[in-house]
Amino acid sequence: MEEKRLIVGPFNRVEGDLEVQLEVADGRVTAAYVNSPLFRGFERILEGRDPMDALVIAPRICGICSVSQSHAAARALAAAAGVSAPPNGVLATDLMLAAENVGDHLTHFNVFFMPDFARPAYAARPWFQTVEARFKAGRGTALRQAVEARSGLFHLFGILAGKWPHTLTIQPGGVARALDARDKVRILAQVGAFRRYLETTLFAASLEQVASLGSIAELAAFRAAGRGGDFRLFLEIAEDLGLDRLGRAYDRFLSYGAYGGETPLYRPGTLAGGMLAGFSPDDIAEDHTNARMTGRGHRHHPFEGSTLPDPSDETGYTWCKAPRLAGLPYECGALARQAVDGQGLARELALTRGGTVASRVIGRLVETARTVIAMETWVKAIDPAGDWYCRAPLPDRARAFGLTEAARGALGHWLTIDEGRIAAYQIIAPTTWNFSPRDSDGVPGPLEAALVGTPVEPGERVPLAVQHVVRSFDPCMVCTVH
Amino acid sequence: MTRRLSVLWLQSGGCGGCTMSLLCAEAPDFFATLEGAGIDLLWHPTLSEETGAEALDLLDAIVAGTRPLDVLCLEGSVLRGPNGTGRFHMLAGTGRATAEWLRLLAARAHHVVAVGSCAAFGGITAGGANPADACGLQYDGRQKGGLLGADFTAEGGLPVINIAGCPTHPNWVTETLMLLAAEALAHGDLDHLQRPRFYADHLVHHGCTRNEYYEYKASAEKPSDLGCMMEHMGCLGTQAHADCNTRLWNGEGSCTRGGYACINCTAPEFEEPGHPFAETPKFAGIPIGLPTDMPKAWFVALSSLAKAATPERVRRNAATDHIAVPPTIHQPRRR
Repeated sequence: MEEKRLIVGPFNRVEGDLEVQLEVADGRVTAAYVNSPLFRGFERILEGRDPMDALVIAPRICGICSVSQSHAAARALAAAAGVSAPPNGVLATDLMLAAENVGDHLTHFNVFFMPDFARPAYAARPWFQTVEARFKAGRGTALRQAVEARSGLFHLFGILAGKWPHTLTIQPGGVARALDARDKVRILAQVGAFRRYLETTLFAASLEQVASLGSIAELAAFRAAGRGGDFRLFLEIAEDLGLDRLGRAYDRFLSYGAYGGETPLYRPGTLAGGMLAGFSPDDIAEDHTNARMTGRGHRHHPFEGSTLPDPSDETGYTWCKAPRLAGLPYECGALARQAVDGQGLARELALTRGGTVASRVIGRLVETARTVIAMETWVKAIDPAGDWYCRAPLPDRARAFGLTEAARGALGHWLTIDEGRIAAYQIIAPTTWNFSPRDSDGVPGPLEAALVGTPVEPGERVPLAVQHVVRSFDPCMVCTVH
Repeated sequence: MTRRLSVLWLQSGGCGGCTMSLLCAEAPDFFATLEGAGIDLLWHPTLSEETGAEALDLLDAIVAGTRPLDVLCLEGSVLRGPNGTGRFHMLAGTGRATAEWLRLLAARAHHVVAVGSCAAFGGITAGGANPADACGLQYDGRQKGGLLGADFTAEGGLPVINIAGCPTHPNWVTETLMLLAAEALAHGDLDHLQRPRFYADHLVHHGCTRNEYYEYKASAEKPSDLGCMMEHMGCLGTQAHADCNTRLWNGEGSCTRGGYACINCTAPEFEEPGHPFAETPKFAGIPIGLPTDMPKAWFVALSSLAKAATPERVRRNAATDHIAVPPTIHQPRRR
C-alpha cells in the first residue's frame, strides 16, 4: 500500500486563496483537510461603527457575492428597524441579486470549472478537441462569449445599482434608485439579450425546456434529442468521466430560501436523509475547534459568537469556523436551493445520486434558466409610480439577523446594536458551510467528506479529480473567513 | 508596439472585486483588450489553468531571476499581522507569508502595480481596529511606507502605481496596463498619491447628473431622492478624484446615478471618514468638507445665495424619486 501526503495550493480558479491537504493511499484520497488561509477580520472591522455603515463595509467582504452581502446586511438592519421594503424595492433588489447569482453561475461554469477538462491529461478523450477550443483557460471561445454576455447582463447594475460590485443602492427600507418605464424596457432588452445567449450558446434549447426538466430520464432525453450547446458537452464529459459518482458529501442540503419578500421564489428548508424539513436559525452554531480562533470550549450561536484569532493555536488548520445546523454539517448552493424547492431534476438528483460534481453543476445551470425567466416577470411587475423606499430609523438597541442566498448558498448576518453602535456582527457565508473544518466531534466539513475516495493518478502533483470536486462547490474563499 | 508585456497577478487581503470588475470590461472585452495590447497574463488566481505546484514553479522562477517579469499586480492589501508575521495570509501551498512573496517578487518586477485601494493604501481591510494589520504596497493609509517602503522604485524607475478605487473601474486597470505596454506612463503621469492622472485628475463631481441640484443646494434628504447628496447624505463627489461620472460603470452607472453618495473610495483612509458614510458632518449647519479648491467664505456665500435662488422645479424634484416638475420648454420669440 502506497501512502503519501499532498498539499495543493494555491488552489486557483476559485474566488480567493485555498489550500487542500490530502492523505492518499492506493490511489485514493483517504482524508482531506481544507485550509482557508486568509483572515481579514471583517466582523471586528464592523464593531463600534454606526449600524448603517454595514451597508458600505459588508459588501466589500466579497467582490463576487457583493450584492448578496449587501442584501444580508440590509435584511438584518430592516429587521432591527422593523420595516419591510415596498414591493418595488423587493423587485429591484431581487433583480440585482438574480443578476449577480446567474452572472456568478456563468463565471463558475465557463471560467472556473470547465477549463480543467481542457488540460492535456484529457487529450485522448473523444470530447477533448471541442472542449479545448471552447474552454482553454484564458482563451477558449466559450470563456469569451460568457464574459461578454455577463458584461451585457451587468448593465442592469449600471441602471439599478450604479455599479457592480459594491453598490449602496440596497437599503433596509428598499432601494435608492427608482426606475421609470424607460429603465424597464432597457432592462428587459438586456435580460432578453442574455436569454438569447443562454438559449443559443449554453443550452441550445429554450430556458423553459431547461427549467422544466423534471427527472434524470428527462435530462437524458433532452441530451439525446438536441445537438450542440455547452450544457450537452458537459453532460457528455460527466458521463464519460463518471462525474455523477464523484465528490459526494453528506447529502444534507440547506437553503435559506431565495427571492421575493414574504413568499420566496425558492422555498427555504433542508433536505436530509431523503426528508424535507424546515429549520430554525436558533439551531445554527459555530465550532472553533480547528479554526485558530479562541472560544474552542463550546459551540456558539452567532449572536453569542466571536472572531478572535489565536495565532498561538497549534491544532487549528484553517481560519474558517465550522458552522453546524442542529449539530450537523450541511451543504448549500444552487443544488440545495433547487432540490429543497422541488425543481424536479434537482430533487431527483439530490435524492438518488446525491450531491456530486455533476449534480452541483446541473443544479446551477437549471437554476440559471429558472432565475432568468423569473427576472423577466419581475421587471414587468415593477410599477414606476409606486414607492421605492421607506424610512427605516434604527433603535439604539437591537438584535436582528438577515438571511439570504448567494450564488454559492446560504448567507447570514447576525447584528447586535447597543447604544446606537454595532456591538457585535457575525457572518456565516456559504463556503463557511461547505468548506468548514472538522468540528469538536471530529466530523469533517462537506468538502472534506466529499474528497474522500477521490482518485489520484500516479504522478499527479495536483490531482485533476480533486480539482473537479473542489470547484464543483464554486467556493468563495474571501467570504468563507471574511 | 513590438514587445509583449508579462503580468503576474496576486491577491491578498482583499475581496477579489477588482478582478470581478475587470471582467466587466467592454468594447473590446477583457480578453480581447489584453490580446490587442500584447499583454500576457503569466498567472492570475481567477483565470489561469495552473494550480498548486504548477503555479508555484512560475513564482519560484521569477524570484530566482530565470523568468523575467514586466508587471507585478497586487489586488488586496498586504497583511502584516499577527505580530508582523504575515500569517494572516500564508500563500496557499507555500508555507510562506504572501507579504514575503510580494517583497521578493517586487524586487524582480519591472513595474509594480497596486490594483484597488486595498493594495494601494490598505483600504477597507485596514478599517476599524485593522485586525489583520493591513497596509498597502507603498502606503499605510495616508503615510508613505507600507510593505515596500517610501523610497521603493521598481526596476523600471517608477514607484508603485496606485490604481486606487473600491473597486477599480475595469478600464482604469486595462488602460494603465496598455500604457505600460506602450511605455507611455512616466513619473509625471502619476499624481501625488501615485495614482494614474488619466483618471485621478478628474473629480466624481464632473458629469454628475445631480449638478443642477448642487448648484442650487437643492438637497436629497433620504435615499431615492433626486437632489444633491452633499448636504445631508455624505456625498464626497466634489472632493473625490476619479472620472466615474464621465467614464461611467456597467454601461450607464455611477454611485451618484445609482442613488447613493460617493464615499471617495480612491482616497487613502476612505474607510474611516470619521462619521457615518451616508451622513454629512456639519458645523453650524455647513458641511465640514468643502468642494475641492473652494474657499469656505465663497462656498457659504454662494450656497446661501443659491438656496435663495432655487427654482421651484429644482426644489420640488430634489425631494422626490422621479421628476415631478419637468423643465419649462423655452418658446423662442417669433420674429
